[in-house]
Amino acid sequence: MSQIITPVIVGLFVAPLVGGFINGMDRIITARMQGRIGPPVLQPFFDVIKLFGKESMAVNVWQAFCAYSYLVASAIAVVLFFLQSDLLLIIFIQAAGAVFVVMGALSSTSPFSQVGAHRELLQMLSFEPLLILVIAGIYLETGSFKIHSVYTWGQPLIIKLPFLFVVLVYALTIKLRKSPFDLSTSHHGHQEIVKGVLTDYSGPFLALIEIGHWFDVILILGFCSLFWSTSWIGVICLIIITYFIELLIDNTTARMNWRWMLSYVWAMGLSLSSINLLWLILG
Amino acid sequence: MITKRIHHLRAKIMTHCRKNSPWLLHYDCGSCNGCDIEVLACLTPVYDIERFGIINVGNPMHADILLATGTVNLRNKKVLENLYEQMPFPKVVVAIGACGLTGGIFREAYNVIGGIDKVIPVDVYVPGCPAKPEAIIDGVVMALEKFDKISRMPNAGMPEASGEQRHD
Repeated sequence: MSQIITPVIVGLFVAPLVGGFINGMDRIITARMQGRIGPPVLQPFFDVIKLFGKESMAVNVWQAFCAYSYLVASAIAVVLFFLQSDLLLIIFIQAAGAVFVVMGALSSTSPFSQVGAHRELLQMLSFEPLLILVIAGIYLETGSFKIHSVYTWGQPLIIKLPFLFVVLVYALTIKLRKSPFDLSTSHHGHQEIVKGVLTDYSGPFLALIEIGHWFDVILILGFCSLFWSTSWIGVICLIIITYFIELLIDNTTARMNWRWMLSYVWAMGLSLSSINLLWLILG
Repeated sequence: MITKRIHHLRAKIMTHCRKNSPWLLHYDCGSCNGCDIEVLACLTPVYDIERFGIINVGNPMHADILLATGTVNLRNKKVLENLYEQMPFPKVVVAIGACGLTGGIFREAYNVIGGIDKVIPVDVYVPGCPAKPEAIIDGVVMALEKFDKISRMPNAGMPEASGEQRHD
């Protein structure tokens, strides 16, 4: 019984806290890279608590429903990850949650939210197929879609799937809303088409979306951890290095348009994945 | 007794978070851009107001503090009112610069209504032509003190123009 309860509690309560903490560290490191001091590490928590205390001004009922649905879907995806469930199931639940954000944005008449929602859909179109290919690679190597069998696999997956890990980093950059892929909305103090897909979410609903985002960060970093599952030190090093590379990319690149994103991510992602998958099948 | 204490603690945490995470909305009513450049100077690495959790947002629905500069005229009056109405409670307004306070040298012009407080309630006045970035940051910090007074209920926290004058 405790084998079920512990992962559920960790997934529901510890994961968002760690996600918020990572977000705070992210803001400090970004500020240091720009020659600034940056906010305190607890800043994301201050922001979210403040947002919960604001007046709730939902544009319509659907928007509120969509914000709650996104949070619930993201939380379920993380809990399933900690329960070491099926990778494909987790990806689909996560994608369903992301679609709810888009639907909430489309339910308002603001042109900024509409354009942001369309761009968000294009971002999902860019990285979701690549995530499926990464999972296909993991399946070809370990013979199972279960996270449990990945964690019990004898050697680090990154030795056999190095290119697929690079593909996962692309997906991570898009999912974290980092440059050059922060088209639909941008994190921290940046502005893009006002606030893009999040323009009409305000107050408590924005807070829900922010907590959902923390869950997503943990989920994607969890995917990274699959690639070096044999030792704890390996997992932690891999995650820290990957996240640092994300911040470096974010601070050294400019925002590009969606045409570039779609063609670049698909061209690079599909070619790198197919090289790696061919290597697995033929090698 | 215990519920009262919990309520008190909750209000304390909320006030702390509000004071440490003010998101700014900056609106130029028709200023000469002098004050606007000084507002933007606060956001550069020199002053780095993100240290205090301050973020410049472009969206009134996400904003807590409205920084308004310049004279209000018959045209931009509606825009200013609209922006103010779109901001969810609790919210505070900081008027910046001689024009934002009284209409400045343009106050006699036929199309000018006057300062920001002719249209929306203003909480803090920051004088100067243009106002210095240090004075603007000071004004924002004074505006944050307002969050102490605003209670948790959104409607009870209707901000009224108390007109605190900032002296340099």
